[in-house]
Amino acid sequence: MNHTIARLFRSFLSYGLKIISLLLAVSIIAFALICASPIDPVQQYILGLGTAVSPERRAAIAEYWGVNQPPVTRYFHWLNNLLHGDLGESALYRRPVAQIIGERFANSLALMVCAWALAGLLGFSLGCVMGMYRDRWPDRILKKICYLLSSVPTFWLGLLLLLVFSVTLGWFPVGFSSPIGVLAENVTFWQRLHHLILPALTLSLMSFSSIALHTRQKLIDVLNSEYVLFARARGESPASVLRRHGIRNILLPALTLQFASFAELFGGSVLAENVFSYPGLGSAVAAAGLNSDVPLLLGVTIFSALFVCVGNLIANLLYGVIDPQIREVNS
Amino acid sequence: MDAKTESLLEIHDLSVSFRMYDHALGQRDLQVISDLHLTVKPGEIVAVAGSSGSGKSLLASAILGILPDNATVKGHLHYKGQQLTSQLQSKIRGSEVALVPQSISYLDPLMKVGRQVDGWKKPRPTEKRRGLFRRLALPEQTENLYPFQLSGGMARRVLVSTALISDAELIIADEPTPGMSLDQALEALQMFREMAKEGKAVILITHDIDLAFQFADRVAVFYAGTTVETAPAADFRSGPQALRHPYSKALWHALPQNGFQPIDGFQPYAGNLPKGCLFAPRCPYATAQCRESVPPMETVRGGEVRCFHAT
Repeated sequence: MNHTIARLFRSFLSYGLKIISLLLAVSIIAFALICASPIDPVQQYILGLGTAVSPERRAAIAEYWGVNQPPVTRYFHWLNNLLHGDLGESALYRRPVAQIIGERFANSLALMVCAWALAGLLGFSLGCVMGMYRDRWPDRILKKICYLLSSVPTFWLGLLLLLVFSVTLGWFPVGFSSPIGVLAENVTFWQRLHHLILPALTLSLMSFSSIALHTRQKLIDVLNSEYVLFARARGESPASVLRRHGIRNILLPALTLQFASFAELFGGSVLAENVFSYPGLGSAVAAAGLNSDVPLLLGVTIFSALFVCVGNLIANLLYGVIDPQIREVNS
Repeated sequence: MDAKTESLLEIHDLSVSFRMYDHALGQRDLQVISDLHLTVKPGEIVAVAGSSGSGKSLLASAILGILPDNATVKGHLHYKGQQLTSQLQSKIRGSEVALVPQSISYLDPLMKVGRQVDGWKKPRPTEKRRGLFRRLALPEQTENLYPFQLSGGMARRVLVSTALISDAELIIADEPTPGMSLDQALEALQMFREMAKEGKAVILITHDIDLAFQFADRVAVFYAGTTVETAPAADFRSGPQALRHPYSKALWHALPQNGFQPIDGFQPYAGNLPKGCLFAPRCPYATAQCRESVPPMETVRGGEVRCFHAT
């Protein structure tokens, strides 16, 4: 048992170092890109003030923000603040970036967790069905649906769902995360859920097909294996083969894929949240980009890189816990 | 007639072919087993011996009814005098007929050995399996190991235990000895001999003809997907004059201790089989008749042989 803990700690440590160096690299690249872009933070700040500003005052503001310093100095200044927990203030929302990310992420997390779980369950079970019926009609139909869904753009799918279920049928609200005109503290859990369903469905429909197709292929590989041939020779029925050998052997790659899909999930949420005007991190990043809100853009970039890394970290740690071949060899 | 009632498994004129798709154009049938004869009685070990690529392993799948979907089986299979239909196959699979697979890759890599040997039937025969492990001198903690943690010898015994736990009357062992030292191979074969002594029928599929000659009661010589000769193993031990088929004689001469003499040519592969006797192209005694028609299985001096010129 002590071995396991020590090993987990070791892999955690080595992975932690990798994450930190990766985050540094991401921050440098993001910062460099922003410096090279035509965005003028001072101009954006002044626009945000909403009043006319004289050239002298403008120069004073630039001096105050340190815009005239060389980029490397600015980067280290920003990094230093970041390490002290200060991500700066959003030019768009006039509030600390960390606070905005926290709020928006809570909304996004609910959306992404629902979509992620739905895509995983749906993808895995449909993949199993396709694998068991390979090349027969249930497989052929489901495979076509999967190809179709993975080639359809997310925003278009979202619009389609909105059109059918919100506009025509009226089952779901057209946007936002809570009803309009209701105070935040009065919004019920069910109202939130009601607003969540369509965006979550859009997001999961986008990512479930790759999970289903991967699971299908993995299951076919397992069913063609010698150990399944032997299981059949011992009289096991197809259902028993799936239960005892199939799921056991495809669960691990499926879980890895599931946790590695955090990146796609985040990318998809940017589009889905915009279509549904859902106030999550995805719509915040779009707004930050469109309005040249540099602090928010940098903050979200770093945060999303961290988010994807955590997904990969979980997948790596799970491998060690679930796969006996890795677990026993390491111990 | 008497022989029919006492044999456990009887195979007549078994042919197995696979439907293959050729490039873009149509399909063709690839015959891998043709007109095979084999009988097994309770209490005996019949070795099916032949070189690689002769279709030996497919024989096991054909008996168990677990060939791939694109396979076609023709011929007569009888189990305990009853026609071996696919319903009967699925009934006896794993209960009355057990397969001992070739290697550890036939075990689920992610399932502990104990649970795996217990099998899928409820209730799990855990106590019986522990007894078996003791009998096979497997340490008690073996049940908690994963297949990749087993040594070669342990793996062999674990694979044998999957057959023993089922109380099967017919054991089909597919290449149980490759990669083993002589001691290990003898130990493995000893286990099959003990099963035979308990009244089980054992089919030993092997390319190790030397061991087959030493250990089996009868040997069926397999060539290009058919049995060319089935004879008591004693005939193979005593020498070529006791054998009936030219290929069996050639096999005997090819053994290191008997002169190590190869014959010319190579075994024809499926899809490329000669019209008449499958051995005719390599046979020194082949006549026009051999090249035109397939010789029937005939009983000669207490053995069965498929040759026009056998005496």
